[in-house]
Amino acid sequence: MKTRTLVIVGVVVALLMAGVVSFYASASPDGLEYVAEQTGFLDTAEDSPTAGGPMADYSTRGVDNPALAGGLAGVVGSLVVLAVAGGLAMVLRRRGTRDQPDSDAAGARGR
Amino acid sequence: MHVPDGFLDAPTSIATGAVAVVGLGLALRRARGELDDRTAPMAGLVATFVFATQMLNFPVGAGTSGHLLGGALAAVLVGPWTGVLCVSVVLLVQALLFADGGITALGTNITLMGVVGVAVGWLVFRGLTGVLPRRLSLVAPSAAVAAFVSVPVTALAFVGLYGLGGAAPIPLDTLTTAMVGWHTLIGIGEALITGLVVGSVTAVRPDLVYGARRAFGSRELEIRTAPGGSQGATA
Repeated sequence: MKTRTLVIVGVVVALLMAGVVSFYASASPDGLEYVAEQTGFLDTAEDSPTAGGPMADYSTRGVDNPALAGGLAGVVGSLVVLAVAGGLAMVLRRRGTRDQPDSDAAGARGR
Repeated sequence: MHVPDGFLDAPTSIATGAVAVVGLGLALRRARGELDDRTAPMAGLVATFVFATQMLNFPVGAGTSGHLLGGALAAVLVGPWTGVLCVSVVLLVQALLFADGGITALGTNITLMGVVGVAVGWLVFRGLTGVLPRRLSLVAPSAAVAAFVSVPVTALAFVGLYGLGGAAPIPLDTLTTAMVGWHTLIGIGEALITGLVVGSVTAVRPDLVYGARRAFGSRELEIRTAPGGSQGATA
């Protein structure tokens, strides 16, 4: 499988998970939130300064359908992460190293 | 395990912020050694995948859920330093766009999930693959075990921080039992997802799996001469 094919397939799978499957995810509090509630410090949590944002809590403001509001947030979030992390990796990478032999493999040992 | 604002006091949040800055600075420098033209796109994919998978909370018991942290997964697929960057980008986007995890708590979340989760995942993975035979088939199970261990250890690190600067006087033994207990269960989900994903990528492109390079190198280094006498193509 070509690298490009693998990356495209992976991104499509991620978009489907964030955009569609996420609607069916458990809505129960996560481990930390549950423990905080049980042991009695959940009420010390404060609203994040970004809690009023247009996609706060993975729900797009102004979209009435909950599946669509959540799915849209998932897709936008995935694409933003892809752009930021992918862009960062492209900037940091060593260029022109496509065919460089793997130094780890130098200790050639047969099987 | 996204910590909201308010759980930890200001000095502790400033301290974890400093840890996060130092960790990210080191990662930005060292990730260069892990990233080349071939593997850089994988870093984007891994971060995207971790973000998407974190939206899929799975039930772990009465009224509780968990989701992938992704530290071990990222470290094994793209290398530990790049893994720190991938998880941190996810946490940054979640905090800014989705109010998932606080802003003053961003340093805490990067320290816990970005640094501790990735480091524990990678160290356990390296420990296992160092002891086990160098076989590609052992890469995914090793990653799964590393993922399993990383979750309760990260939960324990949160308890440590809470002991230093928690907002409420909670008995630490109660907190430890609850956090480690639930996150051991969540670790099973972490292990399953990590094993499945690392196994899938190793099956199609083992050369792109950072943690599989040692096993892959020892297996694939047979010199194959193409019939035409030209150099063998790269994988």
